[in-house]
Amino acid sequence: MSDAVVPHRSEDHPQAPAGWFKRALDSDIFYSFRRSRLTMVAAVITLLFFLLAIFASWLAVQNPFDPAQLQLMNSRIAPLWTADGQSPFLLGTDEQGRDVLSAILFGLRISLAVGLAGVVFAGALGIALGLVAGYFGGAVDSVIMRIADVQLTFPAILIALLVNGVAKSLLGNRLDEMSTLGVLIIAIGLSFWVQYARTVRGSVMVEKNKDYVAAAQLIGLPAPKILLRHVLPNTMGPILVIATINLALAIITEATLSFLGAGMPDTMPSLGTLIRIGNNYLFAGEWWIVAFPGIALAGLILSINLLGDWLRDALNPKLR
Amino acid sequence: MLAFTLRRLLQAIGVMLAVGVIAFAMFRFAGDPVNQMVSIDTSAAQRAEIRHSLGLDDPVLVQFGRYFINALQFKFGVSYQFRLPVSSLLAERLPATLELSICATVLAMVAGILMGVYSALRRDTILARLFQAISLIGISLPTFLIGILLIYLFAVTLGWLPSFGRGEVVKLGWWSTGLLTVSGWKAIIMPAITLGLFQMTLIMRLVRAEMLEVLRTDYIRFARARGLTTRAIHFGHALKNTLVPVITVAGLQFGSVIAFSIITETVFQWPGMGLLFVQAVQNVDIPIMAAYLLMVSLIFVTINLVVDILYTVVDPRLRSTVSRAA
Repeated sequence: MSDAVVPHRSEDHPQAPAGWFKRALDSDIFYSFRRSRLTMVAAVITLLFFLLAIFASWLAVQNPFDPAQLQLMNSRIAPLWTADGQSPFLLGTDEQGRDVLSAILFGLRISLAVGLAGVVFAGALGIALGLVAGYFGGAVDSVIMRIADVQLTFPAILIALLVNGVAKSLLGNRLDEMSTLGVLIIAIGLSFWVQYARTVRGSVMVEKNKDYVAAAQLIGLPAPKILLRHVLPNTMGPILVIATINLALAIITEATLSFLGAGMPDTMPSLGTLIRIGNNYLFAGEWWIVAFPGIALAGLILSINLLGDWLRDALNPKLR
Repeated sequence: MLAFTLRRLLQAIGVMLAVGVIAFAMFRFAGDPVNQMVSIDTSAAQRAEIRHSLGLDDPVLVQFGRYFINALQFKFGVSYQFRLPVSSLLAERLPATLELSICATVLAMVAGILMGVYSALRRDTILARLFQAISLIGISLPTFLIGILLIYLFAVTLGWLPSFGRGEVVKLGWWSTGLLTVSGWKAIIMPAITLGLFQMTLIMRLVRAEMLEVLRTDYIRFARARGLTTRAIHFGHALKNTLVPVITVAGLQFGSVIAFSIITETVFQWPGMGLLFVQAVQNVDIPIMAAYLLMVSLIFVTINLVVDILYTVVDPRLRSTVSRAA
């Protein structure tokens, strides 16, 4: 993680894209990736989920967000392989005549988008605060870290619910689907920044005493530049691990909020919303409305978690 | 020792004050209390009068002081949706949440310790692998999916257990308990499993790791050399030494259990504080949200404080290191 202090680091730099690719194939990380079959399966499944989400509009037989395309005649059709199945509804339809598979594809898109954006927001906030706290120390440091300590004692879901409730109260009726998306991203970001801030602060406090930072200070570089260009790259390893594991947590949080009725509305459902809707039909024996979104969510989280576990071990020098 | 306890106590009070400011800010600024109380055709003069009678035109600091003093007496205002005092709503639902949380924690500890010990002692058996797989599921699957799965299996398909509510409840003074009736016990099984699963996996992993570590130490080797039975070594010596961190974790996790009961209570329509809170978030009932935040924070801060102090009582080595670090 600290190749910046290796004196002949210019030799490590790739000369051409092909050299870079070859170097990646030779790296320890790729080696440990190839050794673990479970990780490879998890990577393929994660990639598949991302592709499904990206190409949802081409793969789905209908646009589940467009009420004009839904027909009540088609409501509550069982999956295709059962006796009551009807083409083209592979996984059946829900009570509004919405194709479950299409709804999952579009819901996957929202779940992934909110999860990714939430992680990026939490990361940006946490990294910025961690850099400032670690580099400057003193009063700034203790204020930021006290806030972090207090927040860490509260579960993320509670904070996300509170942020959501307050935003709803402030925005009132002006809250449409897109702003709900924004509120969810902010709620997730505000719930998950602490871990980044703590990790970055710890690494910065180690890095700032190294010679390369002293050299940068000597030639008169401004603090923001030193932090972003020189210190930050040397703290990226652990951040990547946290981000991967947090992506799974962020997706769970979004799904939970939507399931509790404090997230995405029925008109623009995420996976969590679909599970909440489907849960109402479980007793009527219409299991497919809740089962398939549930399987999609579980598979997505499990494969991202497996990737995160692997990355943590692969980047941890103690375990090599 | 006394200085440490006092400092911790001051910190705890500081945290509660900070949470109090947040709760007050929510209560006062997010959502106009007057608008929630009057109808559309109330005149501006009447509104101003209500505003004055509620003291909403006083300086903000005065209002905060009043909110603070009221909160100390457990007066959190009136719920917008129910038109009832928030404190009585919370008190009415507190027993349900506490009963569920305690059952879940006990379940998690018993099952977690048993599974942890087993998978540490018989590492390569099929059952130990199964436990590991269960723990992966417990950590990866969202709580509400596990709840739905249990409902589908045991309520919809098999029809063994009720899918919602607390069953029959017996009143003991102001406390209502479901643990004295058969239907109450039946009703609590699935919610307690759902809520406790995460803690169970946590405890299982912890016990397994601690046991493996303790079994390698010299005093265990010495115990073997003395010719003690395996049973005495495993349970009399090894397990006893793993229990201190386990009890700490279980204690610290109790606050999270109460907070996570929000999800479980929604899945099983369990009439506790968590369900009240979710309904408050859905209906933007700010007084309930603020009061719930204060109550949960109080529980969290108290547990952390007690654990910290107990630690220094139990383990004298910590006293010097803690005061040096602080």
